[in-house]
Amino acid sequence: MEITVAEALVHCLEQENVELIFGYPGGAILPVYDVLYNSTIKHVLVRHEQGAVHAADGYARATGKVGVCIATSGPGATNLVTGIANAYMDSIPIVVITGQVPVSQIGTDAFQEVDITGITIPVTKHNYLIKDPKQLPQVIKKAFHIASTGRPGPVLIDLPKDVAQAKVKFTYPRNVQLPGYKPTYKGHPAMVSQASKLIMDSKRPVIYAGGGVKISNAAAELRNLAETISAPVTHTLMGLGCFPGDHPLFLGMLGLHGTRYANLAVTECDCLIAVGARFDDRVVANLQGFAPNAKVIHIDIDPAEIGKNIRPFLPIVGDVKLVLESILKVIKKRKNSEWVAMVQEWKRKYPLSYSNEGTLKPQLVIEKICEAAGSSAIIVTDVGQHQMWAAQYYKFDEPHSFITSGGLGTMGFGLPAAIGAQMGAPGRPVILITGDGSIQMTLQELATAVEQKLPLKIFVINNRQLGMVRQLQEFYCEKRHIAVDFHFDLDFAALGKVYGMAGYIIETPEQLVDQLPEIMLAEGPVMVNCLVSGEENVLPMVLAGSNINEAID
Amino acid sequence: MTHTLTVLVENTPGVLARVAGLFSRRGFNIDSLAVGRSEDPGISRMTIVVEGDDQILEQVTKQLHKLVDVIKISDVTRDDFVDRELVMIKVNTESSTRGEIMQLVDIFRARIVDVGPKTLTIEVTGYESKINAFENSLRPFGIIEMVRTGKVAMLRGFRSTTLNNNHKKEDTNSG
Repeated sequence: MEITVAEALVHCLEQENVELIFGYPGGAILPVYDVLYNSTIKHVLVRHEQGAVHAADGYARATGKVGVCIATSGPGATNLVTGIANAYMDSIPIVVITGQVPVSQIGTDAFQEVDITGITIPVTKHNYLIKDPKQLPQVIKKAFHIASTGRPGPVLIDLPKDVAQAKVKFTYPRNVQLPGYKPTYKGHPAMVSQASKLIMDSKRPVIYAGGGVKISNAAAELRNLAETISAPVTHTLMGLGCFPGDHPLFLGMLGLHGTRYANLAVTECDCLIAVGARFDDRVVANLQGFAPNAKVIHIDIDPAEIGKNIRPFLPIVGDVKLVLESILKVIKKRKNSEWVAMVQEWKRKYPLSYSNEGTLKPQLVIEKICEAAGSSAIIVTDVGQHQMWAAQYYKFDEPHSFITSGGLGTMGFGLPAAIGAQMGAPGRPVILITGDGSIQMTLQELATAVEQKLPLKIFVINNRQLGMVRQLQEFYCEKRHIAVDFHFDLDFAALGKVYGMAGYIIETPEQLVDQLPEIMLAEGPVMVNCLVSGEENVLPMVLAGSNINEAID
Repeated sequence: MTHTLTVLVENTPGVLARVAGLFSRRGFNIDSLAVGRSEDPGISRMTIVVEGDDQILEQVTKQLHKLVDVIKISDVTRDDFVDRELVMIKVNTESSTRGEIMQLVDIFRARIVDVGPKTLTIEVTGYESKINAFENSLRPFGIIEMVRTGKVAMLRGFRSTTLNNNHKKEDTNSG
């Protein structure tokens, strides 16, 4: 029996077990929406396409499944670009479907035409323009396969309107044929045995864990490795959550705003085991001064990450979980009392700290949210000072509990990502920690949250300014503050009420402690305007050109 | 150092844009790029000449490998290989210079492919230094137009860069 390509597309999505699509309709994508009318797949109407792609991203991070979003051609497609780049930088599996003008009109600057496959080549893992109706099932199969395997990432499918309306005989392929795509999963045995020997010979090992640990579901193996060899564990922003925050070997985040003890441990270690991390410039700061005494073992599924920023002593290409499993089979339990004691001493001597005098401090808000939230909560952040404070002061102990825009640093990511996370994990509390700058970039999605009856808890860490830029101007522009102050005091609690949410204002530590229990128990979405001190800086801070052990605080 | 890469890619629309875009995006310089159908109609073979030290080449190869359409990359630089380029040159000709130009064509084993009242169009193939020498010897007469295909390369003897042939310099994932 022949069906339309649009029908075939929706069948394919059902075959891939897609339950939810985030999207925004339009002319060129109309045939697909017409089929969704009769589908079991739930469509979530956002208020801007950027919201759809961030929501799909948040859904993927919370569930580990592939997130799907859909938009029309032209502006619908270009509005997705930031979100696609965001998913690309953080290796998040999403499939993006865009409508396109009919094939005969491609290249004519038709109404709402844009070359979205051309535009997104640099920010997708792969993309497709379907010109032949018969290609569709194979393309969808490939798209989901590519997005979710190896190093995950976004895949875009551009579907011209006339192709969507064409008739095809439909069968969903079982296998994909991709001769040029064969990720390496198992670590090379010789490399694994050399790494194990190096680890056992080391006196001062440190594990540096990144987002790859989460993607590969290797939190248990990571913990096993750390405890077996008594190695302290430090995290990238993306890696937070994959090792318990209250564990004695936990060092917190390293790098530009890392803890002093994590940066010291990395500087002093003789063996740095990098697991699913990519030596990003925010972690390494000054290349020459990073882990100067260490033999670096770099475990990553993407061979291109190895040797890109730092030349490792020993590379292992493979899936983090499988590589750690094979290392664990070889190494033996041992104590590293002297080294562990030294690291513990640094933890005691140089804790994260802030002065709690005067007005409400943002760091305190984070700490109190952490105490009130419980371990099943998913914390979503936006980008800026509040994000760094969340990374520093929140104690995560579950891998899929921290959702943040790491690589691209997209302000505006938080609210739509929290919507996606909550829809993917309806049973878990989802808490958005955002800033007054960030949330205003995608504020329109409050309507989506209310419409979907999501019990989101939104905490706006409101310092009435763009705090991170203000901080940069303080250190790098001799306090010449320009374009960072909001001279308009937006009442976020009232705004929340306009959208039909409960609204709270918190101005003092006492109000915070008093009202948090009620806020956490609220059934619907809640907007909490936290009026915090406007003078706080994110510390420690490694200034440009310094080594990570030379942070100021 | 100059490296010559032979790259097998799926013959899909946009594959050239993906490869070329990758070079500019990652800051690698292409000296020459030639592409065409291979012995397998579904697969194209690219010859890419790229400048850079071993570390840059390692990144180039690894990043190319990440493109889903790229099937196989062989760096033939350190192997025994033949490379050729085809060039057409249109040169100014007066009756007084025609004989001299035709002598040069003979010496360089080039061919005249078109004769106009005041021009000769010459085709020459060969390795780079020969072509450069030919170009220099024609320059005094006035070169009106020149077009080069870019270098193509092939391993000598039995060995090849085809899919099933395990060329020893083929990039293997570190590890």
